[in-house]
Amino acid sequence: MAFRDAEFFRRWLTAAAGSFDAEADRLTELDSAIGDADHGSNMRRGMLAVAAALEKEPPGTPGAVLLLSGRTLVSTVGGASGPLYGTLLRRAGKALGDAERVDDAAVAEALTAGVDAVSQLAGAVAGDKTMLDALRPAVEALPDYAAAREAAARGAEATVALRARKGRASYLGERSVGHMDPGAASSTLLFHALARAAADE
Amino acid sequence: MKMLINGAERVVDDALRGMAAAHPELVVDAENRVVVRRDAPVAGKVGLVSGGGSGHEPLHGGFVGPGMLDAACPGEVFTSPVPDQMVRAAAAVHSGAGVLFVVKNYTGDVLNFDMAAELAEEDGIEVAKVLVRDDVAVTDSLFTAGRRGTGGTLFVEKLAGAAAEEGAPLARVTDVARRVADASRSFGVALGAPTTPAKGSPTFDLPLGELELGIGIHGEPGRERRAMMTAGEIAEASVGAILDDLTPTGPVLLLVNGMGATPLLELYGFGGEVIRVLRERRVEVARTLVGNYVTSLDMAGCSVTLCQVDEELLRLWDAPVVTPGLRWGR
Repeated sequence: MAFRDAEFFRRWLTAAAGSFDAEADRLTELDSAIGDADHGSNMRRGMLAVAAALEKEPPGTPGAVLLLSGRTLVSTVGGASGPLYGTLLRRAGKALGDAERVDDAAVAEALTAGVDAVSQLAGAVAGDKTMLDALRPAVEALPDYAAAREAAARGAEATVALRARKGRASYLGERSVGHMDPGAASSTLLFHALARAAADE
Repeated sequence: MKMLINGAERVVDDALRGMAAAHPELVVDAENRVVVRRDAPVAGKVGLVSGGGSGHEPLHGGFVGPGMLDAACPGEVFTSPVPDQMVRAAAAVHSGAGVLFVVKNYTGDVLNFDMAAELAEEDGIEVAKVLVRDDVAVTDSLFTAGRRGTGGTLFVEKLAGAAAEEGAPLARVTDVARRVADASRSFGVALGAPTTPAKGSPTFDLPLGELELGIGIHGEPGRERRAMMTAGEIAEASVGAILDDLTPTGPVLLLVNGMGATPLLELYGFGGEVIRVLRERRVEVARTLVGNYVTSLDMAGCSVTLCQVDEELLRLWDAPVVTPGLRWGR
């Protein structure tokens, strides 16, 4: 099993920032169908701030990379996405502790702890048409990063048929059916970048 | 869509700089995005802090001043502010008597204010929170995020602000805010969708000849689309939806609110119809406010908010208020 250092996590989140930057308009388009048309621009702002923070003072451990990234998201994104994505990374970072290198089993465990925390904070589970529809199957497929990427994508795709029970799309009731959840769509970007970072090693 | 802006990325910053220039009685920190009344912290007074996404002006920054909010935190357009702003606002208005957060019930606002409350308490500031969830268009059940906070927010901020200005302690200011939140109900209607600066085109498609009932204040589509109705019919539908949910047993405050792109000429005509319907339904209107107060950028449309009041709440409504958005009695 491979070991991952701080540089791996830095490459992961910097690549993810590039994806959020490139996909911002698509996320906003999805959000305008069943939300309030701001998900793309908010996440782009937050993830670019994460990339800048990681470049300015690169933390020395995987845990510290995730903590700094989570804190930066909470301080820059706003909306529900800021606290939720921020909590995902902060909780995962806490789980990794001070270790300088962590194996893939530890990464899987940490990200699962992060997703558990998101679920608790949002009061949502997979099936509610939220980011958890992508996050939950993704962490269940870890430590196989390619499988996690595929599971996230399938989970996001499956939100099209769901009726929203949490978040702003829930106000629409039945009219939320037929649209992909923008949070699930953005969660797939994280796992795409993670799989890419793993494949590059 | 043409907009009176320098660029989509700087809409909020530009507005705050303009506010700072126009209102020397406020301290507007454009960089950290906090609006505070200049004499804060007022000795012995509970600090009232609210905030939310931008695009609803004059809510919340325009309601900062004696008799209403002590501070407001504007987020990006239609996006909750971040905890850092709220903690900064709480510290700026805290005189030792505690701080009340007035929070509109949206997932993002609730999460960010919760995080901020924890951080402020770690700094030794006693914080209470009141959720506003007055929109009857949303079915309040375990299967939704719950009712949205809309026009009722104005009543909560005004009445709790008046109580705080009188020197009431945190527990009583919080009690007033809760009673007002519980007694407020709203219903909104869109004739056209708003355009966010980031997107540049309307957030949903509403054809000529149709309107959307049960709309929120973030360009999120409503619950039901119908063929265009007259002002009288819209008044009947709006008041009917509210009274289906709450039958007042006493006098009410009435807010006839414009969503941003509906002229006051139309809004007063609509307000007259609302008052007619309320009279027919035997609801006594104690005070009426007509205007654009809880807006949704350039959305065309309106909302109706009723708040049942007793003598004490009515007195707090009439108490002096000196803010950019509401001003009377002094």
